[in-house]
Amino acid sequence: MIRLCVLDEIPLGMARPFVVGGTKIAIYRTREEQVFAVADRCPHKGGPLSDGMLAGDQIVCPLHAFRFDRNSGSCDQPHVCPVTAYPVSVQNGIVSVDM
Amino acid sequence: MIVPLNTHRPRLVVIGNGMAGARLVEDVLAADPLKFEIVVFGEEPYGNYNRILLSNVLNGSQDAKDIFLNPLSWYAEHGVTLHAGQRVTEVDTVQRIVRAGEREVTYDAVVFATGSRPFVPPVPGTTHHGVFVFRTIDDCENIASYAEGKKKAVVIGGGLLGLEAAKGLLAHNLEVTVVERSPWLMAMQLDEAGGKVLQETIEALGIRVRVDTGTAEIVGPGSVTGVKYEDGTLDETDLVVISAGIRPNVELARAAGVAVERAIVVDDQLRTNVEHVYAVGECVQHNGMIYGLVAPLWDQTKALAQQLTGVGPTACYTGSKIATKLKVMGVELASMGVIRDLQPTDEVVVFSEPRRRVYWKAIIREGRVNAACLLGDLGPADDVMTLFQRGGAVPERRLELFFTAGSQRKETSYADLADSHQVCDCNGVSKKTICDAIRAEKCTLPAIGKATRAGTGCGSCKKVIKGLIEAVAGDVAADPSENYYVPAVPLDKPALLAEVRKRSLKSVSAVLRELGDGSADEKSKMGLSSLLHSVWNEEFVDERDARYINDRLHGNIQKDGTFSVIPRIPGGVTTADALIRFGEVAKKYNVPMVKITGSQRIDLLGVQKEDLPGVWRDLGMPSGHAYTKAYRMCKTCVGTEFCRFGTNDSTGLGIAIENRFQGFEFPAKVKMAVSGCPRNCAEATVKDVGIIAGEGGEWEIVIGGGAGASVRKADVLCRVSSKEEAIQMTGRFLIYYRENAKWLERTYDFVPRIGLSKIIDIIVNDSLGLGEWLDQEVQKTVNAFVDPWTEANVPAYPGQFDAGRSIPLNVLSS
Repeated sequence: MIRLCVLDEIPLGMARPFVVGGTKIAIYRTREEQVFAVADRCPHKGGPLSDGMLAGDQIVCPLHAFRFDRNSGSCDQPHVCPVTAYPVSVQNGIVSVDM
Repeated sequence: MIVPLNTHRPRLVVIGNGMAGARLVEDVLAADPLKFEIVVFGEEPYGNYNRILLSNVLNGSQDAKDIFLNPLSWYAEHGVTLHAGQRVTEVDTVQRIVRAGEREVTYDAVVFATGSRPFVPPVPGTTHHGVFVFRTIDDCENIASYAEGKKKAVVIGGGLLGLEAAKGLLAHNLEVTVVERSPWLMAMQLDEAGGKVLQETIEALGIRVRVDTGTAEIVGPGSVTGVKYEDGTLDETDLVVISAGIRPNVELARAAGVAVERAIVVDDQLRTNVEHVYAVGECVQHNGMIYGLVAPLWDQTKALAQQLTGVGPTACYTGSKIATKLKVMGVELASMGVIRDLQPTDEVVVFSEPRRRVYWKAIIREGRVNAACLLGDLGPADDVMTLFQRGGAVPERRLELFFTAGSQRKETSYADLADSHQVCDCNGVSKKTICDAIRAEKCTLPAIGKATRAGTGCGSCKKVIKGLIEAVAGDVAADPSENYYVPAVPLDKPALLAEVRKRSLKSVSAVLRELGDGSADEKSKMGLSSLLHSVWNEEFVDERDARYINDRLHGNIQKDGTFSVIPRIPGGVTTADALIRFGEVAKKYNVPMVKITGSQRIDLLGVQKEDLPGVWRDLGMPSGHAYTKAYRMCKTCVGTEFCRFGTNDSTGLGIAIENRFQGFEFPAKVKMAVSGCPRNCAEATVKDVGIIAGEGGEWEIVIGGGAGASVRKADVLCRVSSKEEAIQMTGRFLIYYRENAKWLERTYDFVPRIGLSKIIDIIVNDSLGLGEWLDQEVQKTVNAFVDPWTEANVPAYPGQFDAGRSIPLNVLSS
């Protein structure tokens, strides 16, 4: 696991971007205090998913509102690749990701 | 074979399964579904279809199966016996038997709905291959398949149907010539000048037109090779469509001893001279008139159905005033009455605008519209038609028939239409009938079509029907989700606002928790965030995750994830110092593009997220809100300041407006403009709110305009005599819009939905006594204004402007 930050550095209900070993990822923190990570690049046109919004279990890309399931990474639109989802852990207020 | 008389129910036999026959059956069933055993004979082997749409089938824009009104299954479902493809050969009115070859059916009542057939002029050669008439689905299909690979076609007859046929042929890549015997096209509906205008329009589409030309012969042999005219000239052609008028089918009736003149003679009860024998439709002559359009047929079938079933024993048909709107090859045409019917005492009012190919003519007899035709632009058509139908008095200044005096005519909103206004001309359906259906929860186009038939003819009224659904369903909430402010909260806007205020809900999550349906899509969150901000101002609990990225970073996200920065430049008036600052900032932050926007501002495009605070600080200008659903800007012309023509200080008013309304959030963006004279250089008539200086210090305020994906000219709200009043009225309208519009509903949808007259009543006449409250809301919002770019100094949440901390893999692994 790779340590990223303390939990409070991720804004509630939103995401924060990180570049881990050259790979851009978005770490989301829901209002229900669940934390998860996806690649910070929309497979559609490369939009920054860390600037997206949460709609239930979906991340909504800010550029064209394509939606991705936060667990499986799959897109709601046909013929769009899923986004990569990464395992995350939060222990003692420290957020880590497995890549 | 003799089918025995049904002992329980009288038998109604309808001869003809066209638009009149089938409609009669429907009307009878609607009046009393159990009254008759119904038997229908139809010559074509199909159910009933909409003949009006045949040209669409010919030009390929509609499939034949899409124009069916009643498929074969419909007859079975309704217990109607249809003998499709069976031609009635004899009617024995003494023994009351209808014979179709071997088949015999006795009747208690028989209705002739035999319609009409194309008239084929008695010239040699009409039986050659490649010569067609244009009346049925089979004709369409035969023409279309014959046209394959052919080069030229001649259409004989320049009436409505002939032109429709020509349009259909054009779609098959043929060189088309239309030949008309009269000196001009559509001689039934147009006068000579109108016919010439139509001809020019049609020629511009690439169709050759020959008027004043009689056909002498269709040249063969075998297959058609040309058409020879009475003047001796000849056109080579591969295909001929004859559309030289129609003749009523009366032979069967005549042979049965029914009185026939030009068509089957009927009285006001649609009775013929023979007992138990009736007639409706194009085969009928009533009071000397034969009708070839659909609307009169509907009146006839309705009256007859009422009478036959006994539901309305006194129902009468007293004749129809022929008024119709058509679209011929993209040319809009309204025709009413008989335009050729001109007496020496009649007044004629004509307006013509040759460049736009607009031609309007009305014949006024004894102060009433007796006939009219309008071509090219149907602006006044509805009003003229209403006057014609009602026999209303023509305005004393005759030109007001076409031009409402003084101001520009306002687009009537759907809510403002009279109940009796005929919406669907093909089926004769009034606004009231449609609205009743909507109130009975028929809230989709197909449901309305099924319930009332509206929109099932040529389809040109579908837009109005949609508007009515919108306007009426808003009252009854038949499909309630249509009226929700946002999807996740099942409440319309007034109810939502009431709950929010009553329960003191100040955050998006509180609203979703207490009023939501459990979902939380991003659009709902954005809409609620905007609404709560306007309701609570400083007390609003601002959860940033309910905002779209543009509203978190106060810039418009671009395709590469960078942002655009547009500061306020009130009135578009800037200074040398400000421009130098723009230049310095652009250099310092390597801004890839500096662009003058369409709204008199300067846009720094391609700014990196992490540079936003620095850019804002260094510019030292307030946010222009060019990224959000809010007041955007107010475009101005130079006005009296410098302009030779300006009559008032438009720049000054524009700047005052900008300073007052900056930061106001709305359900959708709001753009404004102020023009200093009626030349309207600031294009105020296509803004959400526009203000135009008139003479004598007056300002005219217009609302609901727009020029984006769709263009709508703004409606006049009022005229005021000072800048202060202009600002006040603008504020009242904007708050009313903010309180009542659905999320993302622009004013150009909002104004027609609510209805202009209602808005004028509320805003200008203060009919609800809201004025003072609206003013207070404006003031509260002004007081609560905070420039969002001050977040440059105090970020609103962790990582707001963070581009992504870099974490090397090898160091922090654990």
